[in-house]
Amino acid sequence: MPSLGADIETGTLVQWLVKPGDRINRGDIIAVVETEKGAIEIEVFQSGTVQSFAVQEGDKVPVGATLALIATDGETPAPPVREPVPVVPAPSSLRPAAALPTAPAPAAPPAAPAAKPASAAATAHLRISPLAMRVALELGIDPATVKGTGPGGAITRFDVEAAAKGKAAAAPPPPPPIATPSPTPTPAAKEIRPAMMAADKQAAMRRAIAAAMARSKREIPHYYLGTQIDMSRAIAWLREENLRRSINDRLLYSAMLLKSVALTLREFPELNGFWVDGAFKPGDGIHVGVAISLRLGGLVAPAIHDADKKSLSEIMVSLRGLVKRVRAGVLRSSEIADATITVTSLGEQGIESVFGVIYPPQVALVGFGKIVERPWAEGGMIGARPIIMASLSGDHRASDGHRGGLFLAALDRLLQNPEKL
Amino acid sequence: MTDSEIRELVLRELCNIAPEIDPAQIDSTINLRDQVDLDSMNVLDLMVAIHDATGVEIPEADYPKILTIEDFVRYLRPRINNK
Repeated sequence: MPSLGADIETGTLVQWLVKPGDRINRGDIIAVVETEKGAIEIEVFQSGTVQSFAVQEGDKVPVGATLALIATDGETPAPPVREPVPVVPAPSSLRPAAALPTAPAPAAPPAAPAAKPASAAATAHLRISPLAMRVALELGIDPATVKGTGPGGAITRFDVEAAAKGKAAAAPPPPPPIATPSPTPTPAAKEIRPAMMAADKQAAMRRAIAAAMARSKREIPHYYLGTQIDMSRAIAWLREENLRRSINDRLLYSAMLLKSVALTLREFPELNGFWVDGAFKPGDGIHVGVAISLRLGGLVAPAIHDADKKSLSEIMVSLRGLVKRVRAGVLRSSEIADATITVTSLGEQGIESVFGVIYPPQVALVGFGKIVERPWAEGGMIGARPIIMASLSGDHRASDGHRGGLFLAALDRLLQNPEKL
Repeated sequence: MTDSEIRELVLRELCNIAPEIDPAQIDSTINLRDQVDLDSMNVLDLMVAIHDATGVEIPEADYPKILTIEDFVRYLRPRINNK
């Protein structure tokens, strides 16, 4: 299980997309894992042939655990050795210890769930995700009675919700006085369930963000720098460029900001990478994380890979793809894990400046406010110009304010020459 | 397309982009950005969706003229119906 970012420690494997014997190539999506930050598609980091799974659908697994054994090219498939699988007992898991693979039974089994369905024994072989299990407990549904429609007959939360609906419909009408017994749940009851689900997800994401941000402020000695940048040249160039483009290929100025940050970082490697085990480790490329806020609260910062090598059009395509996937709740493991720096652009609507909190183990975060028209003096003349406030939050262990200042100055210079982007 | 069909189309596409809104709460004469949290990516997505549905390509220079649902109706009506 690859690292899925600093704030994700475990995930639930909801679906295998390959099967033993399949030939896979580096970068292929082999599984889907559900986390606090939504579903993540797991990409494999080596080519070869799938030998066996170490984790089954529905298992909750920590980052770093073996998910599957893969015979690399030229390697004779070894007899399948079953490694102990560190399956994390979910708080609401009803799986008896005996059902665990060769792993030793936990010394102290987790506290028995409060609402234990009658047929606990029958749930032993159920394929059900912890999420679906939690929903089942909330709705008072015995999972053993739910028909799974997920992969391999796994019970999904939708199955549980559907079962709950059916149960409500089949339930005898509430005691009198009732003039016209309704066979369907009231609209109010229908609305409550999805809201609970969303609230659940949101609470999990809130906790994940809380953990990462608390760690950042606890461990990272931040320094903050800000500068105003005249955007008139960049915007004039963009307007001109967009006239030539069809609506589907139009550029947003955010794409220019991302590209200019990426290009400038080439000269400032100490801002692009990670602080790991007491030392700076430069990034293996310039992968710019883009902070994208979710409409119902929370945020994720998936990466645009090698942003310095992409054209503005390519960055725009990546950006639109990311926003779409974030909205749909499905990101790829490489996107979520390996950003080497983050850019946040909170501006647009309200504020003029943002000094962000670094996303560990990254060592810098660049912030942009909204573009505002301001009086601007240049060459002894005052005129109205569109101005943006660029900021840098830097990790003082990895870089100093002096270099950070030079970075922002270089960023400004680049944005004065938009044709270079 | 009738005015009410255009109104419906814009509202539907808006709800696709901002699923949290209640279309009944949108006042078609008030600036959309004052009622819905929209960033420039959302606005671009809305313009692309309207283009895909109607064939009308709205140039960026015209964005300032289109602030409300009624503005969309006024802008799109002649352009759709002259196609």
